[in-house]
Amino acid sequence: MNELPIITILTLLPLAGGVIALALGRNNRAWARHAAIGFGGLALVIAVGMWLGYDAASGELGFEERHAWVPSLNIEYRVAADGLGVLMLVLTALVTLMAIVASGDFWKRVEDTAAAGSGYGSPLYYALILFLQAGLFGTFTALNFFHWFIFWELSLVPAFFLIRLWGGFQRSEAATQFFVYTMVGSIALLLSFLALFLSTGEFDFTRLAELGRKGELIPALAAKLGWFDLTTQQLGALIFCGALLGFAVKVPLLPFHTWLPATYTEAPTPVTMLLTGVMSKMGVYGFVRILLPIFGGVMHWQTVRTILLGLAAATVVFSACAAFAQKDLKRILAYSSINHLGYCLLAVFAVATYQADVQAPAVEKASALNGVLLQMFNHGLTAATLFWFVGLIEKRSGGLRGLEDFGGLRKIAPVFCGLMGIAWFSSLGLPGLNGFVGEFLIFRGAFALAPWAAAFSVLGLLVTAIFILTILQRVFNGPLNEKWSAWPDLTVRERVFAAIPIALMFVLGVYPQLVLGVVNETVVGMVERMGF
Amino acid sequence: MTPWIVKNLWLIPALPALAAGVSALLPRRQRTLSAGLAIGSVGISLLLALCAFANALGQPVEAKQYFNFAWFEFAAGDAGVLKLGWVLDPLTAVMLVMVTFVGLLIFIYSVGYMAHDENFTRFFTFLSLFAGAMLGVVIANSLLLLFICWELVGLTSYLLIGFWYHKPSAAAAAKKAFITTRIGDVALLLGMVWLYSETGTLLFYDNGGGCLEQNALAALVTRATSLGMTVSTAIALLIFTGAVGKSGQVPLHVWLPDAMEGPTPVSALIHAATMVAAGVFLVARTFPIFGSTVESLVADGAAPVSGALQVVTWIGAITAVFAASIAVAQNDIKRILAYSTVSQLGYMMMGLGVGGVAVGMFHLITHAFFKALLFMGAGSVIHGCHEEQDIRRMGGLRKYMPVTFATYAIGMLALAGFPLFFSGFWSKDEILHAAHGWPASHIPFYLGMIGAFLTAFYMTRQVAAVFFGSYRGGTHHGEKARESEAHGGHAPHESPAVMTWPLIVLAVCAIGLSVIGTPWWPWFQEFLGKHHEAGEGGGVVGLMLFSSVIVFLGLGVGWWLYGRRPWQRADEPDALEVARGDIFSLLRNKYYIDEIYELTVIRFNAWWARVCDLLDRWLWGGVVQLVSYAVVGLSWVNRMFDEYVVNLGFDQGCKRLTLGGKMFSRLQSGQAQTYLRIIGAGLVVLVILLIRGSRGG
Repeated sequence: MNELPIITILTLLPLAGGVIALALGRNNRAWARHAAIGFGGLALVIAVGMWLGYDAASGELGFEERHAWVPSLNIEYRVAADGLGVLMLVLTALVTLMAIVASGDFWKRVEDTAAAGSGYGSPLYYALILFLQAGLFGTFTALNFFHWFIFWELSLVPAFFLIRLWGGFQRSEAATQFFVYTMVGSIALLLSFLALFLSTGEFDFTRLAELGRKGELIPALAAKLGWFDLTTQQLGALIFCGALLGFAVKVPLLPFHTWLPATYTEAPTPVTMLLTGVMSKMGVYGFVRILLPIFGGVMHWQTVRTILLGLAAATVVFSACAAFAQKDLKRILAYSSINHLGYCLLAVFAVATYQADVQAPAVEKASALNGVLLQMFNHGLTAATLFWFVGLIEKRSGGLRGLEDFGGLRKIAPVFCGLMGIAWFSSLGLPGLNGFVGEFLIFRGAFALAPWAAAFSVLGLLVTAIFILTILQRVFNGPLNEKWSAWPDLTVRERVFAAIPIALMFVLGVYPQLVLGVVNETVVGMVERMGF
Repeated sequence: MTPWIVKNLWLIPALPALAAGVSALLPRRQRTLSAGLAIGSVGISLLLALCAFANALGQPVEAKQYFNFAWFEFAAGDAGVLKLGWVLDPLTAVMLVMVTFVGLLIFIYSVGYMAHDENFTRFFTFLSLFAGAMLGVVIANSLLLLFICWELVGLTSYLLIGFWYHKPSAAAAAKKAFITTRIGDVALLLGMVWLYSETGTLLFYDNGGGCLEQNALAALVTRATSLGMTVSTAIALLIFTGAVGKSGQVPLHVWLPDAMEGPTPVSALIHAATMVAAGVFLVARTFPIFGSTVESLVADGAAPVSGALQVVTWIGAITAVFAASIAVAQNDIKRILAYSTVSQLGYMMMGLGVGGVAVGMFHLITHAFFKALLFMGAGSVIHGCHEEQDIRRMGGLRKYMPVTFATYAIGMLALAGFPLFFSGFWSKDEILHAAHGWPASHIPFYLGMIGAFLTAFYMTRQVAAVFFGSYRGGTHHGEKARESEAHGGHAPHESPAVMTWPLIVLAVCAIGLSVIGTPWWPWFQEFLGKHHEAGEGGGVVGLMLFSSVIVFLGLGVGWWLYGRRPWQRADEPDALEVARGDIFSLLRNKYYIDEIYELTVIRFNAWWARVCDLLDRWLWGGVVQLVSYAVVGLSWVNRMFDEYVVNLGFDQGCKRLTLGGKMFSRLQSGQAQTYLRIIGAGLVVLVILLIRGSRGG
């Protein structure tokens, strides 16, 4: 379709960057870092170029590449990006670049003291981040389960090592928990797709979605896998649960979230930015791109849908309450991340409803899904920025990040508190900043489609406000804690760094059409195709 | 052809907002520039608002001029375009002039009041932002735009209450204000999305397609919810919950008195004149949703009072009396006024409920002027008494601060509803008159009368304590007095002209506004449309006499208790305390509402958060851990079974068993590769099972 295999280039670029960073080795730390920044920047430029070049008016898949790979098994290399894909690519590139640049600031806990001293860090670290980025690019563009799954898993390995090697004191346990947990989900996912493959002979997402839409998928499963005398419905639910688990762990959906607080807390700050900013979106992306089109026929079953909506609403409210109970800023943010992505899941599950149920659900469905996409981008931006700020707090205080360790910082660091305050309010969903529009669209759609779950979930908005204002009260306001009377305000470099995401928060808050203009037609197409 | 002013109405909020943006980037020392920007922008907004007002005057009643534009697209087709817009109608016009005019005066006053504050620049930044957001609320032609500005207003309120953030009490009050109003806002959000999904638009007026226009209303009133009420009632109640939060109505009133931690100009502007009235304005704006019933719209018969309006009336009436009674026993000059504001907001709500938009809005406008006057007067008093706020340590200020006294007295008489010459009398009387004719119940009318008595009473108490008798501040040996002596001031002093002139202007308004809304020339009511004709002329005069008697009674009792023999010393017990200590202490402690909330809601919230946390650590975490162990164990057993029983001889099996045992013991060592190996094996087994299963079937 396109002469230039732009997606393949984009995916290979960070891999090459990683290899170059490794090749530069320990003797060229500065160059390794510069190379990483360069490659990260280049990826961002390409991603933004794709954003601009994408034919948003059609909403169809663009930049498609398709090559036969293992014809006998119906496996082909097929990548493409539509509005959703392009959005995720830009987010990935943006957050990765932020993480790479920010990495220069956070070398407190690196055991390799030489690396710490130089301020550049280890080439391996940058290589791993770039590898991770390659995995993410691949995940967000692959349309054949076979290599999609390879990318999905590949992104896990660098993340594991990044946490394991450069994390906090409990990094070993956290990394293992993270890895095993995600792995279990992935295996369940793999099994489900193997079952689908066995019964339909398809790995291609588009064709599987077609079968799902026609209602042929589950009967095909039943025909091929007359498994332990399960009824067709039970079998469908079982296979769906397997796939669900894979994504539910990644997002996460309650009760599969217990790995997250530990992991986010122990990972080094830039890696946490990546985890929350992009890796958590892999799960939501999976829900929107894979689960909803393929398993929509299962998700709208009354029982399944009720359970899923209940879990999503519980995710929203429980995680917000759990965040309120935390004393560690990073843990609070971790729970807050669960909460924010819970809204996405609420919307996704609300969308899985019969067309005939409500009078004009297409608008509501599109609203909810557009809200999900916007929320994904906004949360990635805001959460990454907030983790960066917490990282700065940690750096300035020598490792402290407790809610009670500070107080009155506004007095000596007004710029720091002002800018971080903006990020907090963005997370709170204040209108005028980016968080609001996504949440509004989600509730606008979800309330019409699933009123009780949505009504219960608004409690999450309230509790979020409570814990965020508590943070502001304890950390920024009140009398100055004398211990920190020499607290430095943001340096010029840090101000420049912070200005970019914060400016984006304002821009997207005032002009959300910037994102919606690119994704809307894609979403409308998705809703149209959801004929179940 | 849209007139210029309608098309460019957005400039009115945009100018102060822009000033805030510029001012936010100014360095701290640019004091004059930031104050100049703020005052200049609001001044121009005032001029534009007057243009808008003139334009609205020239229009027929019920005329709505609006301008809508697309904000973003979120679905296919026309229904998927989210539109915002602004509207110019009498309601907007009146509010625009009030907000810009009072705002301008308070901005000027702030130059004097905040002169010595090191964060002067930031103060004006926040004030300008507030003005922009508040004016946005006023002009919005879309519930969504209104909500956006509504939240921004809440943000600036938060920032300004916590302006002296180093004071823990201010930081706590700011948080309390934001969260309490957020409770209402969440309900409002729900109401908004509900309205959106029912009517398909959030625009108020859109050439017949808006949510406040006939078609949408007819759909709303005929559809029933699962709870037995109509959709319009349910949505109206959710919107009203938002108004309850913002306007400090019972039971969400607790934040407003605490909000007095902010600088006094903030209390005057945000927590008396404008923002807290936004709730009343919201109800007035969306009044068609509240007031419509099947009978009024579809059946065209004699309409009963809608359920939503009954709730509005009752909440308002209860709040009016409840808050007025608390004000009786407070000693902080600003807190008395704060409870008075809560009470008066209750009157406004009641006015909306019993008499419609014009009745409630008239009181909103007159109240804005005289309450801003009272707060600024209180600020002048506090300023003159060296940051003293306790009325027991004031006294005799009439001699020291004549201008403040004279203007304050006018404000007080207006608030108390002193007959004939003061605006408060007319607007309050209008409400009582409407309440008298309310078909649903007479109790709100009596509650309103009790409230009127209490209002006259507590204001007399306050004025007697502050301005009459002798000055008690200097003789007191408390910490605050020592502080004030350390500052070098002994006697109170009159405030500078920059502070007294706004007082004089407002005092003139507090009297002058009487003329626009008397029963004999109800210009205001007619301007806002639908003048409420409940009774005959004779009834009006009779009621007026009755309410005048009530007011005189309140003034008289107040004077008899507090004015006849003023406090001699600051630590003397209150006259009411001597008479009825139990009641007094109940009132002094605000019916212990804060304590009750502390014990119930807040404790529950903390407890619940703990539960969530514990569930997280032990239940979800534990279950998941158990499951993972079970899976790992099972797959291990499976593998052992396959390899040991099926494939291998006994010796090798033993070896494997030993190995397996070791592996098991290492399970918790946290080594990923171990887990992985086991999981990999499990995976193989499961795949085999899967294939076998499929063949078997």
